[in-house]
Amino acid sequence: MTPHRTRNILICSGKGGVGKTTLTANLGIALARQGVRTAVLDADFGLRNLDLLLGLENRIVFTAQEVLAGSCRLEQALVKHKQEPNLALLPAGNPRMLEWLKPEDMQAIVGMLAPSFDVVLIDCPAGIEDGFKNAVSAAQEAIVITTPEVSAVRDADRVIGLLNTHGIQPIQLVLNRVRPKMMANQEMLSVNDVTDILALPLLGLVVEDEQVIVSTNRGEPLTLSGSHSPAALAYSNVARRLQGEDVPLPDPAKMGRGLRAKLSRLIKTKIF
Amino acid sequence: MTLRDTINRLLGLQRASATTARERLQLVLAHDRSDLNPELLEQMRREILEVVSRYVEIDLDEVDVSLETEDRVTALVANLPIRRAKAVAQPGVKANISLGVKEPGLATGNAPGSPEPEGPSSTEGDADAATAAEAEKPAAQASQPEPAAETASLEGSESLS
Repeated sequence: MTPHRTRNILICSGKGGVGKTTLTANLGIALARQGVRTAVLDADFGLRNLDLLLGLENRIVFTAQEVLAGSCRLEQALVKHKQEPNLALLPAGNPRMLEWLKPEDMQAIVGMLAPSFDVVLIDCPAGIEDGFKNAVSAAQEAIVITTPEVSAVRDADRVIGLLNTHGIQPIQLVLNRVRPKMMANQEMLSVNDVTDILALPLLGLVVEDEQVIVSTNRGEPLTLSGSHSPAALAYSNVARRLQGEDVPLPDPAKMGRGLRAKLSRLIKTKIF
Repeated sequence: MTLRDTINRLLGLQRASATTARERLQLVLAHDRSDLNPELLEQMRREILEVVSRYVEIDLDEVDVSLETEDRVTALVANLPIRRAKAVAQPGVKANISLGVKEPGLATGNAPGSPEPEGPSSTEGDADAATAAEAEKPAAQASQPEPAAETASLEGSESLS
């Protein structure tokens, strides 16, 4: 038996609203479905939302802070997902006890999770201030998510610089909200533009997909329902690549175009 | 894209916005990454010239020091054409100085075959060197038919990743 080593993966972007939490929720479910014992740690405790995207908002009683303070056990703070028992959510902190948490605390939290999980996904808060520093101190590797917009790419670049100074390795890129048609018309930064500028290996490409909003409304990540929507497929592929599987990246020029793609989407669409 | 945009693009009156976005990003990132303001860059340029001038005679009109970014590595690229070597330095030796800056705060400077700066005390020496260079210009051109053949290339693109 190989010695157990938990991967602590930071999911960050710098800029807010580019899809960190959506990626964390979907990647968490996808990994769990692939049999990986996964914990998702919401490091954005000031404005936490991971619970909402996973549909677990009514089940949080304790947070990691209470565990560290000794007022409850880890098992009491972990919120297990009902449909996907391989996945558990741990909110890092209580919004009312904010100033309490330090980088050492975050390290202690991932240390507590290590014996029971293969992967810990750390959902990083936006920005590069204390919340980011706390979250990064607990991670060894990172996924940077960005969109093909100048502001998001600039902020991602800033974050990558900080990850480098923290010795985080590997750092991989997920490009979110890709609009193939705009890219084809050169009205949006291309995939190559972004990967050239940021100089990171591409872990995934997610097309703009309305189903993401629908799934957020319901609190059921796309990867949970076995949906065949483009974003669901993209998130599952990110999970597979993260596990070392060689899944080819789609060509944005061919995404969502052509009769065949349209037909196959029609066939896969669930009627009920 | 509106019809008007399409027509403008076809007529070559308007560039693709993605091209503009890429160029704006590259420019802003070169500065974000280096964390150097023009004043500091100018000061560094003067000090580099001061050190190099002690060993070789530089063509001050052709000197070029600038920042370039590629693959997340920002490099300080300096081109210092040598008129001729001074007595202390070996003639025909190429001066090579690398100053690769991966990230702000992680500045590494290694200068194989080049002297270390000795601090700000040598401003006087610099002035002397500069005047000497000016004074000897005609002589140098007369005695050496190809003064620009030797070029001290201060180029750094050493990747730390």
